[in-house]
Amino acid sequence: MPIPSPFHPRTSRLCTSLRWTDWAGYYSVSSYDTSHESEYFALRHAAGLIDVTPLFKYEIKGPEAGVFLDLVMTREISTLRVGQAAYTCWCDGRGKIIDDGTVLRLGREHFRVTAAEPMLAWFSRHRRGLRVTLEDSTDRIAVAAVQGPTSREILGRACDLDLDGLGYYQVGQGLLEGREVCLSRTGYTGDLGYEVWVENEGALPVWDALMAVGRAYNLQPAGLEALDNVRLEAGYIMNGVDFFCAHQCLTEARQSTPLELGLGWLVDLDREPFVGQGALQAEKERGPEKCLVGLEMDWEELAALYEKEGLPAHVPSRAWRTGGPVYNPRGRWIGKATSGSWSPILKKNLALAQVEPAYSTPGTRIKLEWTVEYRRHQVAAEVVARPFYNPERKKA
Amino acid sequence: MTEVAPTLKDNFPSGPFDAVVVGGGHNGLVCAAYLARAGRRVLVLERRRVLGGAAVSEEVYPGFTYSVCSYVVSLFRPHIIRELDLARHGYRVIPLDCTFSPLENGDSLARWGDPARTRREIARFSPKDAEVAPQFGLAMTKMAAFIKNIIDHPAPDPASFDPGQLKALWGLAKDFREMGPDLMYLHNKLLTMSAVDFLDMWFESDQLKGPMSVSGIIGTFLGVRSPGTAYVLLHHYMGDIDGAFRSWGLSKGGTGGVSLAVARAARSFGAEIRTGAPVARILVSHGRASGVALEDGWEIKAKTVVSACDPRLTFLGLVGREHLEEEFIERIKRYKFRGSSGKVNLALDRVPEFSARPGLGEHLRGDITIAPGVDYLERAYDQAKYGEFSRRPFLDVVIPSLTDPTVAPPGKHVVSIFVQYAPYWLKEGPDSWPRKREAFGDAVIDTLAEYSPNLKDSILHRQVLTPWDLEQEFGLSEGNIFQGELSLEQLFFLRPVAGWARYRTPVKDLWMCGSCTHPGGGVMGSPGELAAKTLLRSRSL
Repeated sequence: MPIPSPFHPRTSRLCTSLRWTDWAGYYSVSSYDTSHESEYFALRHAAGLIDVTPLFKYEIKGPEAGVFLDLVMTREISTLRVGQAAYTCWCDGRGKIIDDGTVLRLGREHFRVTAAEPMLAWFSRHRRGLRVTLEDSTDRIAVAAVQGPTSREILGRACDLDLDGLGYYQVGQGLLEGREVCLSRTGYTGDLGYEVWVENEGALPVWDALMAVGRAYNLQPAGLEALDNVRLEAGYIMNGVDFFCAHQCLTEARQSTPLELGLGWLVDLDREPFVGQGALQAEKERGPEKCLVGLEMDWEELAALYEKEGLPAHVPSRAWRTGGPVYNPRGRWIGKATSGSWSPILKKNLALAQVEPAYSTPGTRIKLEWTVEYRRHQVAAEVVARPFYNPERKKA
Repeated sequence: MTEVAPTLKDNFPSGPFDAVVVGGGHNGLVCAAYLARAGRRVLVLERRRVLGGAAVSEEVYPGFTYSVCSYVVSLFRPHIIRELDLARHGYRVIPLDCTFSPLENGDSLARWGDPARTRREIARFSPKDAEVAPQFGLAMTKMAAFIKNIIDHPAPDPASFDPGQLKALWGLAKDFREMGPDLMYLHNKLLTMSAVDFLDMWFESDQLKGPMSVSGIIGTFLGVRSPGTAYVLLHHYMGDIDGAFRSWGLSKGGTGGVSLAVARAARSFGAEIRTGAPVARILVSHGRASGVALEDGWEIKAKTVVSACDPRLTFLGLVGREHLEEEFIERIKRYKFRGSSGKVNLALDRVPEFSARPGLGEHLRGDITIAPGVDYLERAYDQAKYGEFSRRPFLDVVIPSLTDPTVAPPGKHVVSIFVQYAPYWLKEGPDSWPRKREAFGDAVIDTLAEYSPNLKDSILHRQVLTPWDLEQEFGLSEGNIFQGELSLEQLFFLRPVAGWARYRTPVKDLWMCGSCTHPGGGVMGSPGELAAKTLLRSRSL
């Protein structure tokens, strides 16, 4: 039975569609309206307000908090300056990915880590004798993501922080509706956007203030379906969809390494020992067994398949997570497509896939399974660079 | 739901029979169904008036159907359900979603099918345990996958030179290797450790370890800290295909519903089933079984006799020592029963509420475990070690009438309470059980009433079964619910005794098919199935 987030009194009134889903044990809105499309367009053309409280959050504090994170994370964290954030992942001793998330450095001895799965036990196991404390703050801190081109104006008016000075992946602290909030320029939309972190008691005033200010900037509450569309456009992977926590895999084939997921840039090998270092070094030397790629499906081929059945070409507007096989041009199985979506802004049919490394160079043509009128077909797709959609304002 | 088979002499078909099965419990019936399905003429003889053995439903008190002994179903093998078409014959099992454990301090722990909800529950006691629990489930599921291969085949004897058995052993070794080093080591630990030591490798909270560890002691005369009990934990995970706590279920109409479905399937294949037919002797001439003699002296001839009874009853009771070698008799005598559990069944005029979680919530529809900590369980065992029943025992409680309206009148309820420890070997001897039965029942009710204050006022009827009663009424020697302890030295190729673990016996044409054979107890059906399949393959029938 999911529980309500601190924003629930507001979200439940707005969610007239009654379309809810369970995200990490919380009630989460799939889409406020019966269709998620207006929420998607708000995220890309104005701004969306998303309740992302269910992300697991951990407060890592103490004089050796940085040393601890260096040990657990594949990326060197202690070099972050206060007020900086970083996307990172972490692995088990065999270099298999456990989860990915964001680390915020909130103070000299205070970091906050987000995760898709509960991680307290895993982190605690590596605390060793380090002077560090771990706290699960998931149920204590509410998080609202304000994402989209007008998000800077909205937050600029709603809170007292100088947002022009807050760069991409930077964190500030300020007052919003008289409440102390932490503001990070992070998100899962691949666009200009912020996440507002506030103690539960402040959740409703913050929500109300954002909605009130946001009205002039077309801010719209958005659910997880719209978020799924935009995260695919941004080429972001998702735990439980595009990869699985190593602890939860019944078979080794289901496990992945950062290198296989295109996260090699998150692995700083040349430093003090960290969990999985040896295995990741060895993998780097011999090369990964599979590679995550972005795919763009050939629209003409797809349309022809529908035409043959006497139908207009049709792709679902919601992102898919059912997965499917990927073949080389000769029809041999070379991997799996794990999720995908039609991109309204790019007018392209996109997918994320893991394929044999020989097929991972941009420009390579491969084939993806697609079902039209209960018949399976193979449709051509081209490997393209990610992110698929990357507006300049994201980092500007 | 009490279905009575024709009594002995109604339309009795003329012989000869290919096989006569002694005992109409679920394994005897499964065995008979498979033999009949293969075209053999089969007769099942059950001493009691009702079928099912210990998997039986009876209307002991008017309007209330008790699952008198066995009360939950989980391990019944899916392929048996398919092969005997049991769903068509009324096999209905309703899953239990929750395991609810009230604690001594007035708090409680509930584990659900919903992982996030379970995580939050456990996190109240230990956030770390909450995260580790699914990983523990996953490890157990992986190891259970290996064990399932063992369960679904007759146990190969490592001392044998039979090529078929060597091949089977080789296959097992291969599967074992394929588990990978981590699980191989873990498996070895599982075979040697105590349930509590094993759980200690994962968990820190007593509130969780208590209810989890009891799976390691059910049906054994061991404590949760006794070495060897870790393995039995795994035995109880084999129903949990998805690593959740939901795969225990209640049979509609009580556990007897499973036996009756098997009986209907057996009859549909042409098997004859007779109740009220107590077998007094297995006829043996020239070292071969040739039929059975009933208590009234009537003799029924058959090419093969299959005993679904335990080894003591079968060999020392029905066959007789004169037909056996002394060494075999010694081994049978050394086979350990040591019944350690009892059962209390209640008819109530309302739902029992628990003060730790008041109201009639869904937590009552699952499994309710009174095992509020490791020390509590070990203390319960301490008393049993010295020949007394536990004053504050481990209880496993279900209220089937909350899910299945057929077992009690509207608004009324039946409660099934499994109790451990109730040692067969009381200080004053097993014969003192009848004098202690009511005091034992009182101790159980008192214990449960500590958590459920409205219980005592709502009892309409109670049935107390001590191990002595289980022996007298159900033919379970020393009251062991599994026809012999499920401890490592009596499992696999050692069940019931080394050298005779493949359903055959030293008496030619006498076979065994009860829970005393591989893979053991629980409403699983495998002993009956494997015995029948082995017998059919042996071409002696």
